[in-house]
Amino acid sequence: MSHYAILGAHPRVQVTSVADSTTYVTSALRKHIGVETFGDHRRMIDSGKVDCVFVATPTASHFEAASYALDRGLHVFVEKPLCLAPEQSKQLAELAKAKSRANQVGYHNRFVGTFRETQRLVSEGALGEVYHVTGTAFGQVVVRPKTGFTWRSKKSEGGGCLHDYASHVIDLMNFIVGPPRDVLGAHLRSIYSKEVEDAVYATFRYANGASGQIETNWSDDTYRKMSTTIVVYGTKGKIIVDRQECRVYLRDAAGFETYQPGWTVRYITDLQQPVGFYLRGEEYSAQVDSFVDAAERGTADHENSFASAYETDRLVDLISKASRGN
Amino acid sequence: MDRILFGDNQFFGVNHMSEEKARAQAMKFKDVQSMMRVLDSAYDMGIRVFMCTTHDRVGEIADIVRDNPRRYPDFEFYPCMPYAHKYANSVGEVGILETIRRFAPGGIVETLVKGATAAVTQDIHKLMRMLVDAEMKRFVGVRTPVVFVQNVVTDLLLGLKLQDVLAAFHEHIREKYQAEAGFITMNLPLLVDALEQAGVRNPIVCANVNKIGFRMSGGVEAYREVLRSGRCRAIAMSVLASGAIPPEEAIEWVCGLEGLQSIVFGASSSAHIRQTKALIDKAWPVAPTVKSAVQQ
Repeated sequence: MSHYAILGAHPRVQVTSVADSTTYVTSALRKHIGVETFGDHRRMIDSGKVDCVFVATPTASHFEAASYALDRGLHVFVEKPLCLAPEQSKQLAELAKAKSRANQVGYHNRFVGTFRETQRLVSEGALGEVYHVTGTAFGQVVVRPKTGFTWRSKKSEGGGCLHDYASHVIDLMNFIVGPPRDVLGAHLRSIYSKEVEDAVYATFRYANGASGQIETNWSDDTYRKMSTTIVVYGTKGKIIVDRQECRVYLRDAAGFETYQPGWTVRYITDLQQPVGFYLRGEEYSAQVDSFVDAAERGTADHENSFASAYETDRLVDLISKASRGN
Repeated sequence: MDRILFGDNQFFGVNHMSEEKARAQAMKFKDVQSMMRVLDSAYDMGIRVFMCTTHDRVGEIADIVRDNPRRYPDFEFYPCMPYAHKYANSVGEVGILETIRRFAPGGIVETLVKGATAAVTQDIHKLMRMLVDAEMKRFVGVRTPVVFVQNVVTDLLLGLKLQDVLAAFHEHIREKYQAEAGFITMNLPLLVDALEQAGVRNPIVCANVNKIGFRMSGGVEAYREVLRSGRCRAIAMSVLASGAIPPEEAIEWVCGLEGLQSIVFGASSSAHIRQTKALIDKAWPVAPTVKSAVQQ
């Protein structure tokens, strides 16, 4: 729904149709908004009336829907994570590249100003050589034994803290310091859920010998909403960053660009570019703008492509395997 | 509307600038008594309006105000609904239909699922009214002259071009509560246009208004223009841009805007309230003359 609203307000986009398998959704949309609806996404894609599709279905169905759309030459945006099986993500990435179609995954944190600034500083060497990185996320998604069942509580559909929550943190760590080579160990912990994990703990090893740690817990009600923090440790300094603040500590007497030695704190108010329409956060509109730009340019090469989401899916899979001891 | 309204972000761990500050505030305001101390000092300084979410804790505050009419003879609430996290957490837990069932009992889900198409539009309006009534229950017996829709809902409906639901909300608040609807938004210029299309003239709106243009979609100039045009009665929030602008400079700028009616701010200590109020009083010595259409 939020995608629909953001697209609906976008000056260069027209939402022509929606496919959903539940009739109460399609009939409400058709009657109330007046958009054409389909019970099956394949019929919508075959209608010839769409240039781009947004796939916001349970993860297990992403591969089929995205490949169907790419095969027919559409630009495709898929909600995160891309696929449950990393091989499928890789296949989609190759297909999108071969077809030169925009292919984006909804890791919206990459469009948050504080995280972008951190990525820039790290890639330009402000911290020297990175030797350790930590990523944490806490929030209150599951804070009591579940009373109902949605696809998010089923592992086979892509539910659980690892796919739903930790994937954001993994992707953000990949964005800032690049993907690790392997996963040294992992522990998946159920707290209230029966079928899925509520917390994820894992250790990464990077090609240059650096280490990384991730800790995510969606059963922590001391946090009002999902709260993600990344800390990057380098030989020349350190950055602590969340969606509000980018706190930079530089050791060198020379500093870096306008950053002085010692601590510099920059806020989201200063680092975030304004957007044309705001809903829940600038990053949601910014990611849609980026996708629309890529689709208009007809390129497969842009931020949050399937290829970068494949790296995240690969790590999710490695964590899952490491937690089972293989 | 009063010139100065008191907000509630500080009570519920909302801080757009720092998660640490938010947590410290959540620890400080762990019970209703600690919130009442701050509200009391605001009230005693002449700030009569509490603009608040429909959090359960606010219900407890409403109980205190209702039970002590001598202490709070003209205390007013401007409830802002829904308290979105309540619904979002529930949707994550039990799904959307079960959530609707939980908050709006009475068979509406069954009608929606059946998809009786002719009735769908009416059903959405009916569902909206039921959810509003459920949220308003905690405010029975206290003054609520203005009732707001939170920006997450206003802007969602705006993007979906469902401004008729906003208009229906406006109608419902007037008819059932003899109060006025208000709309919180991060997209003020777009919203005022959309509401006019839906037949809502000169609405009460609340939006970020600050010197650096933080979360003012459409840009500072478009905001200035819509304020100046007199097409809405506007309340400025986030005037300090979460602390990014020094208070004096921030307030001087906002108070200099033509057409702005009120400012809402939150603070966690009486010293801080006094300081901010003094800055507003100094920069804005003459009260705006336009009055709210609904009088108590």
